[in-house]
Amino acid sequence: MKKHLLSAGDLTRDDAVRVLDTAAELLGVAQRPIKKLPTLRGRTVVNLFFEDSTRTRISFEAAAKRLSADVINFSAKGSSVSKGESLKDTALTLQAMGADAVVIRHHFSGAPHRLAAAGWTNGAVVNAGDGTHEHPTQALLDAFTMRSHLMADAAPEPGAPAGPSGGMGRDLAGKNITIVGDVLHSRVARSNALLLHTLGANVTLVAPPTLLPVGIDTWPVETSYSLDDSLEKADAVMMLRVQHERMNASYFPSAREYSRRYGLDTTRMNRLPDHAIVLHPGPMNRGMEITADVADSGRSVIVEQVTNGVAVRMAVLYLLVGGSTNDEGEA
Amino acid sequence: MSERQYVIRRARILGGEPTDIAIADGVITAIGPDLPLGDATEVDATGLVALPGMVDLHTHLREPGREDAETVLTGTQAAARGGFTCVHAMANTDPVADTAGVVEQVWRLGREAGYCDVQPIGAVTVGLGGTQLAELGAMADSAADVRVFSDDGKCVSDAVLMRRALEYVKAFDGVVAQHAQEPRLTEGAQMNEGLVSGELGLTGWPAAAEEAIVARDCVLAAHVGSRLHVCHLSTRGSVEIVRWAKSKGWDVTAEVTPHHLLLTDDLVRGYDPIYKVNPPLRTADDVAAVREGLADGTIDIVATDHAPHPMEDKECEWSAAAFGMIGLETALSVVQHTMVDTGLLTWEQVAERLSAAPARISRVGGGHGRPLAVGEPAHVVLYDAEATRTIVPADTASLSRNTPYAGRELPGRVVATFLRGIPTVLDGQLQEVSS
Repeated sequence: MKKHLLSAGDLTRDDAVRVLDTAAELLGVAQRPIKKLPTLRGRTVVNLFFEDSTRTRISFEAAAKRLSADVINFSAKGSSVSKGESLKDTALTLQAMGADAVVIRHHFSGAPHRLAAAGWTNGAVVNAGDGTHEHPTQALLDAFTMRSHLMADAAPEPGAPAGPSGGMGRDLAGKNITIVGDVLHSRVARSNALLLHTLGANVTLVAPPTLLPVGIDTWPVETSYSLDDSLEKADAVMMLRVQHERMNASYFPSAREYSRRYGLDTTRMNRLPDHAIVLHPGPMNRGMEITADVADSGRSVIVEQVTNGVAVRMAVLYLLVGGSTNDEGEA
Repeated sequence: MSERQYVIRRARILGGEPTDIAIADGVITAIGPDLPLGDATEVDATGLVALPGMVDLHTHLREPGREDAETVLTGTQAAARGGFTCVHAMANTDPVADTAGVVEQVWRLGREAGYCDVQPIGAVTVGLGGTQLAELGAMADSAADVRVFSDDGKCVSDAVLMRRALEYVKAFDGVVAQHAQEPRLTEGAQMNEGLVSGELGLTGWPAAAEEAIVARDCVLAAHVGSRLHVCHLSTRGSVEIVRWAKSKGWDVTAEVTPHHLLLTDDLVRGYDPIYKVNPPLRTADDVAAVREGLADGTIDIVATDHAPHPMEDKECEWSAAAFGMIGLETALSVVQHTMVDTGLLTWEQVAERLSAAPARISRVGGGHGRPLAVGEPAHVVLYDAEATRTIVPADTASLSRNTPYAGRELPGRVVATFLRGIPTVLDGQLQEVSS
């Protein structure tokens, strides 16, 4: 693996499968009475959050603590723009404190790239969501969740270690994944499109034309303006959150029209194949992109995504900070 | 030996055969082989190309207001090192150059510095606010003798106001230089809208936002019979619209920056704000189009849009960074690299596009834009087109370091610049000047 995790595109197919396999092993830790491994003892992980995201921060915090790392939470919301400390000075401060990994969440696209490329810190940089760009650990936990459901019946590849989760050693070859919603502004969609393609899945992005970026024809995905046309072959459907600020910016006429055309309700859910699952990165707008019936149905794996998030982030920290390249079985 | 007399030996005027050029008291007094030296100082120009002093129609000198980024003195020193003898100071200072007082201040600072003639540009609207015309006539009548008006940095987006400005400046043969950017289409825009912006998750600045204003303004200028100048044109569509307007005989001129002749939006992929500029770096197809446009005369001139910014405004997140790059000291090298070495322009055409045409558009006095001929003012650049250099950001007279060419190898080097017969640069080094 590369030194940093900035983009889901940084991962090769083998890198990604290794993260997922490692996460599968680490998931077992969460089910033990004592949920802790000594792997990162003495290492320092900084959660550098320029944007509020309690869900992602506590997920990374739990992941680092379960690996016995020292965790520093640095909430620097808004401090880098016009007043207060710059990203550079913050990074130099963290470097002086000896951060082994910096988990950065930022409202500006590319901030993790700056942190990693400008030489302000020696630590591994993990992108925990940057602006409207990427959120690679979200894509990894989504892929992990999909694999454990969709690939569970498949036999592990020869030599793959056994684990508590299905699909060990496998990718998502041939699976049809439909991602629905505001692709233009979604870091989750960007990272998922890259990672799922790397893992061999067929990705379809569904959105009104206003919410698909210019140049999407060069992405390794199919696109569609119609959710109804994309349901019957889907093995998994991921509904993206529609941000409130988009609702009055003429991307679509009204929230109700959006729901009618692009919301997942029971009628649409019933047209999915029996084995298909429903994902959402959260937080949900119930009644907007997804109805409560669907969110709470047996097909919904939304709560499971949260659980898997901790395991996947443990795997990423372990592989970037603690793991030597050929030492997989320690957990 | 007299400080006012020089004989330049074996210079290749516009790339032609080597000849000598004699200068006395600010005027070219003789051109020919083996001129007598007399009391004059000899300058060896063997192998060097001689060009008329270059004129930049688009320079941000930042004074008054942002003297941490640039001053009139440092900016004109950079200009001299780049081979310029006249720069046009953009109006977006603090306070804005929207009154006779501010334009006269900038003009006077330029005279005091003595490295380059500084011709101020006046704002079109009060405070660049886009709602009320500034006192254009007062600026025209001032000692600064302003003929070019621009809200550069902002677009005069109100169609009625633009029409009135175009009409009004006819009274004193002025021209409105438009920063073509439809504001609603570019809210929060960070880079060219295209496949790279989609990948990077940065808000796009669509070509259509430039082209819509260029088209509107061409039609308006034709309707009221005025002169329009399009600043830093950057897209294939804009080139085609200007070509069409010229084919109609409309009085429209256009400029392109050196960076739009060379750099593309692929460079944004590392999120390094050194490549953040407005209008943004476009695609390779747009670069090809602006080169073609400059070659066939659709685009009249190259102007630098030299935009200095202090380090902290670039050493940050992309979206927090300032727009702009410096360019006075690299302009001629980039033009050589993209236009001359590619066979698209001759040195004679370079002189037209970097000296004669910009001087004509701005109606600037002081003998700028004149040919290298006997009796003409001695604004002369000696340029070593055979040299190559690797760009080092700290090697600049500018107070700022935001060059996009750091580490890049570019051809050519300005060896000497003469302003009215006084060397501002000799052997590539700034000279002491007394104004």
